[in-house]
Amino acid sequence: MSVALEAREVTVRLGRAEVVHQVSTTVQRGEWVALIGPNGAGKTTILRALAGLVGFAGQILLDGRPVATSSRREIARQVALVPQHPHTPPELTVAEYVLLGRTPHIGYLATETRVDRLAAERAIARLALRPFAERLLGSLSGGELQRAVLARALAQDAPILLLDEPTSALDLGRQQQALELVDSLRRDDELTVVSAMHDLSLAGQFSDRLLLLDRGRVVAEGNAREVLSEASIASYYGASVRVIHENGNVFVLPQRAVHR
Amino acid sequence: MVEQRERPLLSPRKQCAHCGAEFGCAEGAPGCWCESVVLRRATLAEIRGLADDCLCPACLEGFADRDRDERAGDATLALEGGASATGWAKAIPHAAVRARGVPPLWGLCAVLFVLGSMLFALAVGPISIGTGSIVESVLSRLPLLHVHSPLSTVDQAIVWQLRAPRVVLAALVGGMLAIAGSAYQGVFRNPLADPYFLGVAAGAGLGATVAIAYASVGGSGELLPLAAFAGAIFGVACAYVLGRSVGGVHNSGPLILAGVTVAAFMTAVQTFVQQQHSQDLREVYSWLLGGFASADWQEVALVAPYIAVSATILLLHRRLLDVLSLGDEEAASLGVDVRRVRLLVVVAATAGTAAAVAVSGLIGFVGIIVPHTIRLLVSTSYRALVPLSLLVGAGFLVLADVIARTIMSPAELPIGVVTAFFGAPFFAVVLRRSRRIGS
Repeated sequence: MSVALEAREVTVRLGRAEVVHQVSTTVQRGEWVALIGPNGAGKTTILRALAGLVGFAGQILLDGRPVATSSRREIARQVALVPQHPHTPPELTVAEYVLLGRTPHIGYLATETRVDRLAAERAIARLALRPFAERLLGSLSGGELQRAVLARALAQDAPILLLDEPTSALDLGRQQQALELVDSLRRDDELTVVSAMHDLSLAGQFSDRLLLLDRGRVVAEGNAREVLSEASIASYYGASVRVIHENGNVFVLPQRAVHR
Repeated sequence: MVEQRERPLLSPRKQCAHCGAEFGCAEGAPGCWCESVVLRRATLAEIRGLADDCLCPACLEGFADRDRDERAGDATLALEGGASATGWAKAIPHAAVRARGVPPLWGLCAVLFVLGSMLFALAVGPISIGTGSIVESVLSRLPLLHVHSPLSTVDQAIVWQLRAPRVVLAALVGGMLAIAGSAYQGVFRNPLADPYFLGVAAGAGLGATVAIAYASVGGSGELLPLAAFAGAIFGVACAYVLGRSVGGVHNSGPLILAGVTVAAFMTAVQTFVQQQHSQDLREVYSWLLGGFASADWQEVALVAPYIAVSATILLLHRRLLDVLSLGDEEAASLGVDVRRVRLLVVVAATAGTAAAVAVSGLIGFVGIIVPHTIRLLVSTSYRALVPLSLLVGAGFLVLADVIARTIMSPAELPIGVVTAFFGAPFFAVVLRRSRRIGS
């Protein structure tokens, strides 16, 4: 295995607040790392730093090359970021939207070539969006829209996929399907996935490794069995939960304090 | 419509919509068996009519066999999916993955609108000249055609020395104002953005006022366009620098406030200068309201290069404007240097607008209503919006100028009055009828 992404003592300040403090980690090619932690822990900011969208101290290496000295276009060819609330202009068709994902491969004032159209077509086919290719984004359901956004990221042809709360807008079934989809993309296209996730059960079940963050620091790192404990969730999330490990799956269940 | 089950994606087995047989499918991924099947495009269209998805190998081969006999004679086979001249394509029944540019029908309408309005404008006036003769006169100017102009020497002079420069100038200015408006709305993602808003109007007004007031008597004719141009550029530069210093380049709010601030200040100075030189008020006033009464070929030659360069730059940015519609952050994550794009577009649009304003005065409203009318009627994609704005803006201002010079003939109405008086109600109707306002 080779290293896809490396962060060394990354610190991010937004205004005066230090949002991320000395975060270091190494992500192997093909690995799925989930960033978990309570609101405001710095998950989104870390993803933005990995995509070169915020200034940071420390070093981030994508495929061995430092982000700080890479051009926007070089970074965009390495990482595709799916934000939690993507802008989806309602009057674009799915095909047009996915084609925008080819931007890092298109010259500054050029237009799409056949190669770009084929790549977009592949992404659309891969996410079973063919019947929707000419539909307007505004006419899609939440699950379809999520697939369109994933298709755009896939069309970017970047080996690293950054997902910010990829399932927050989806129902239970769609959440599972979306994550299965990401997992199959990861296996087939040998993508590396780093995702910020709210749902701890899903995070534990789908990722290879978890990074538990609290107030910008990594407080625990490892697989689900190591990171997801009732004690740590109680102390960092302030939540009362039961954690069940069963058949290699992990379930984190909220539990209401008993009132009598 | 019932949402498609998303499960089949994970299992590559599918049922053929034609014969019902089960078959394996790699969803169009490279290496899928369907890549080797080549069909006539007409046949492909027929299959797409049968099913949204791929058919099984047996069925597809059946269609391919039917086509194969006709194919034998075809020497050059371009097998790549896409527009092959020979009419053959890979069997992958993909939906067309392409970005809609200008819809052909609307594009044709826009071109006809420009040509029609220009022809109309050449024909209409105190002496009316038949459009047929004008077309022949135009053709007679083209080399290699050997058409003889039917116009008399006087008519010839009226058309070519009086009306034509005016029509061409109106077209150039109208196209420029509209395309600049659409570009500003794109980079600032604000439907009200327009170069006028960001200080062009106030700056040009100040420049022109100063030129008229302080230039030696009779000397303002040469100086006026230059002063207006410089003032316009200066106005936007002030607004941009001020807006940026308060962090306003990422969202348009502070920038537009900066524009309003700069405009207020410059208007105050302008009013003061006017107050001090009230004998020049009439001249300043008639310039401010805009018009093409003094148009000649020299003015056309003066602004055409600016407008051509500016419009070309804006046209080349139309895809990037679509990328910017995803927001700064997502555009940046797609590898776009958002600040550079924004600066380049603003500079190009401002320079072109300033040149247009320098020869025509302040003609309001074109940069707002033309792009929005196109948004509401045709498309919100900048790939369609930018080129169509250029064409429709040109036609619109040519027509407005015809109204300005004929409706109270021999007196002329300021063209700014016409654009607003006829443009506003028309836009209100468009707005009410469609009720879908793009951002």
